[in-house]
Amino acid sequence: MTEPTAQAELVARSREGDQAAFEELVRATYADTYTLARRLTGNEEDASDVVQESYLRAYRGLHRFRGDAQFSTWLYRITANCAASHMGKRSRRRTEALPDDDAVIDVNPERDPAASAEASVLRDRLETALEGLPDKLRAVVVLRDVYDLPHEAIAAELGISESAAKVRLHRARRQLRDRVFPGRPDAISLLDEEAPRAV
Amino acid sequence: MQCDQLADQLAAVAGGDATLDDPEARLHVERCLRCQADLVQYRKLLRALHTLRTEVLEPHPGVLPGILAHLEAAGERHALRSMLTGRRLAYAGGIAAATAAGAAGMLLYASRGKRGSGAIAS
Repeated sequence: MTEPTAQAELVARSREGDQAAFEELVRATYADTYTLARRLTGNEEDASDVVQESYLRAYRGLHRFRGDAQFSTWLYRITANCAASHMGKRSRRRTEALPDDDAVIDVNPERDPAASAEASVLRDRLETALEGLPDKLRAVVVLRDVYDLPHEAIAAELGISESAAKVRLHRARRQLRDRVFPGRPDAISLLDEEAPRAV
Repeated sequence: MQCDQLADQLAAVAGGDATLDDPEARLHVERCLRCQADLVQYRKLLRALHTLRTEVLEPHPGVLPGILAHLEAAGERHALRSMLTGRRLAYAGGIAAATAAGAAGMLLYASRGKRGSGAIAS
C-alpha cells in the first residue's frame, strides 16, 4: 500500500473528480482490501464481489470521507460493512473438516528453524480454522484481532451492539483456540514454554 | 469456581479486553494450571492472528480489472441516468412552456373578445 501522505493526495484529487487518481488509489490498495475481504468471507468468489462493491461505495461516498482517519481504515470499515451485507444474503455456510492433530506449536519463529516451520504450520491451521468459523464470528475476530478495529467501529459496521460484538469475539476466540489447539492443553509443558503474565 | 465458568473471561483477558476483577476468579486462575495454560494458548493464538495483518493474499488476476470495470459500469449507468433525468427535465420544461404559452394565448384571446364585445355594446 502507498504511504498515507501519497494516499491522502490521491484521495484529495479523487474528491475533486479526478477519476485517474481514484483508479490509482484502487491500484494501490486493492490487494490489502482483497485480503481483508478474503479473510472476512472465507472464499475467493465472495471476496471479489465484496471488493468490487466496496470500491463502488467508497467512490460514491468519497465526499463523506473527512480525512480524520486513514483512507485505508475508512476503506476497511466499508469492506467490513459490504462483507456483512454480502454474507447476510448468502445462505450457504462453509464447514470444513479440521485437522485432528493435537500438537501445540510455538509461534515465535525467531528461536530456530524448527520453530519457524512450526509457526508456518500454526498459521496454516489458523487459516483453516478461520475459514471454518461461522461467518458472524469470523468477521468480528478478523476485524478486532487481525485489523485492530475498535469494538465500536466493528459493531457499527456489522450492525450489532458493542456488547454483542464482544460476545461474538470471545466466542470466536474460544472456537479458534479449540480448533488450532485441539484437546486440553498440556498445562505443564505450556507453562514451561511461557511464564503466564499477571491476570 | 469451575474452569468452564471462566472460559469466556479468559478469552477476553488474553486480548486485553477485560481484567479479572472478581477476587474469587483471580484466585482461581492464579492457582489453576489449566486456566493458566488456557491463557497461554489464547496469547499464542492472538499473536498468530496479529501476524496475519502483515500478510497480503495474492488476488487472482481478474480482481483489479473486475473492480475497474464495475466502477466504469456504475459510472456509465450514472451518466445515463443523469442524461435521462436531464431529458426528462427538458421534456417537462417544454411541456410547461407550451402549457404556459397556451394559457397566455387563451387569456389574450379572452381579453380581446371582451374588449370586442364591449365596443359593439357602446
